[in-house]
Amino acid sequence: MYTTTEILEQKIQVAPTGELQDTGDLVINIGPQHPATHGVLHLVITLDGETVKKIEPHLGYIHRSIEKMCESLSYRQFIYSTSRMDYLSAHINNHACAMCVEKGLQIEVPRRAMVIRVLMDELTRIASHELWWGAMAMDLGAFTPFFHAFREREKITDIMEESCGARLTMNYIVPGGVMNDIHPDFQQKIKEFITQFKSKIYEYDEMVTGNIIFQNRTKGVGRISKEDAISYGCSGPVARASGVRSDIRKLYPYEVYNEVEFDEILETAGDSFARYMVRVREMHQSISIIEQLIDNIPEGDFQAKTKAVLKLPKGEFYTRVETARGELGVYIISEGGTTPYRIKFRSPGFSNLSALEHMAKGGKLGDLMATMGTLDLVIPDIDR
Amino acid sequence: MFIKEYIKDVYSGVKSLLAGMRRTGKYFITPSEIITEQYPEFKAKLSERFRGEVVMPHDANNEHACTGCTACELACPNGTIKIITKVDLQPDGKKKKAIDTFVYHLEMCTMCNLCIEACPTDAIKMAQNFEHSVFDRNMLTKKLNKAGSKIREGVE
Repeated sequence: MYTTTEILEQKIQVAPTGELQDTGDLVINIGPQHPATHGVLHLVITLDGETVKKIEPHLGYIHRSIEKMCESLSYRQFIYSTSRMDYLSAHINNHACAMCVEKGLQIEVPRRAMVIRVLMDELTRIASHELWWGAMAMDLGAFTPFFHAFREREKITDIMEESCGARLTMNYIVPGGVMNDIHPDFQQKIKEFITQFKSKIYEYDEMVTGNIIFQNRTKGVGRISKEDAISYGCSGPVARASGVRSDIRKLYPYEVYNEVEFDEILETAGDSFARYMVRVREMHQSISIIEQLIDNIPEGDFQAKTKAVLKLPKGEFYTRVETARGELGVYIISEGGTTPYRIKFRSPGFSNLSALEHMAKGGKLGDLMATMGTLDLVIPDIDR
Repeated sequence: MFIKEYIKDVYSGVKSLLAGMRRTGKYFITPSEIITEQYPEFKAKLSERFRGEVVMPHDANNEHACTGCTACELACPNGTIKIITKVDLQPDGKKKKAIDTFVYHLEMCTMCNLCIEACPTDAIKMAQNFEHSVFDRNMLTKKLNKAGSKIREGVE
């Protein structure tokens, strides 16, 4: 730990960049403003020639202290701010928080609301993977896939806008259910989207997956073994690409996930290509879940009756969900008041980032981009 | 042997690259569906639930439904809404609480819809206007109740 005086007097040399060190290593900065980091991530990289020797992620550039902020907001209000953590799966973040509050209050959520929540979750997952797919291809030098990915993603954001009222930070889930009932066109729009997605998904394989240059750049790059993935706390597609069973939807089913049939995608290679394949195949599984549920939305209330002021009983509550990036845990300590005493989010991006050095060490600098691209880092999620 | 392998690699690389570029080329030559919207000329049609800004609808008699209960003020996580109340004298001599100014700070609003949910009389709603750019930040602080407006009869 650094003392305050040391920091104030700037005794700590964080990054002596651009100069050749005594050992012959070169220290360079990637970020905080760099197109490949997709946000304000700052990586201090020690290079020996072109080989990566050490990676030191520096965080704090987009820290908004959401956890602390939540302590002063009521149980209805704090949910909206979690949309700003992992903004690509904002809906799933809200879902986790609402579930934690419901667990504390022991609210019975109507079945209609549960099905709507799961449908929206899976749509968010597809949208997030679509954006990742486009951005990842762009990291590796292919520009066109970005537009193809956004063409399909636009349909999902349109559905979101129609039912939830916003395109990215929805704040659609409230404790007890969902904010509004679904739009009358909801089912028809989703069916249109599924038809379009299925008729266009082969283009993805044609453009990127089957490309030899892409395969050579990702196969065998950024490998992490099953044991290391567990010990680094990786979750989501990063862990599943190494063969770790980590899908919360399968292991600890919540809402209606135990009633739908889907496969947990597992790969064994643990390299960048395996992580790529896990996400692409996950999109198909999400489509399958949506197809099973879209005609079976039960009638009934979309929101359970709750009190105007929510007061959680004294105690500790924890829920976890599977976001597009991995396991998100919400931990609330309540003192019995209207605001939480402490909230902790276990975000998937932070643990996945910690494995970056292990993955990229010994590889080339160019391969670091492929590794980082397949980690699917969302910086506000790491730096809450 | 190495050269043979190398040429094979280059050949397969170019082949798969062309397979991908064929897809791009197809869209370039036959643009069957153009999804780009030319923004200033054509504005996208937004759904009725789209959250653009909070407005207070007034009817033809310049009357609104806001009782000044401050439920929205309490529900707002950012302190976007501030309600200043006054005491009105009724024609029969009774005193009644009414709103003087409904201050809405658009620059602080995150469009979370919690105020609309909290309102017991549906006095406020979300409008679909999304073009909020102004030259001065002060112009984003708005007064939602119109001048001379009063509460609608029968709204408690």
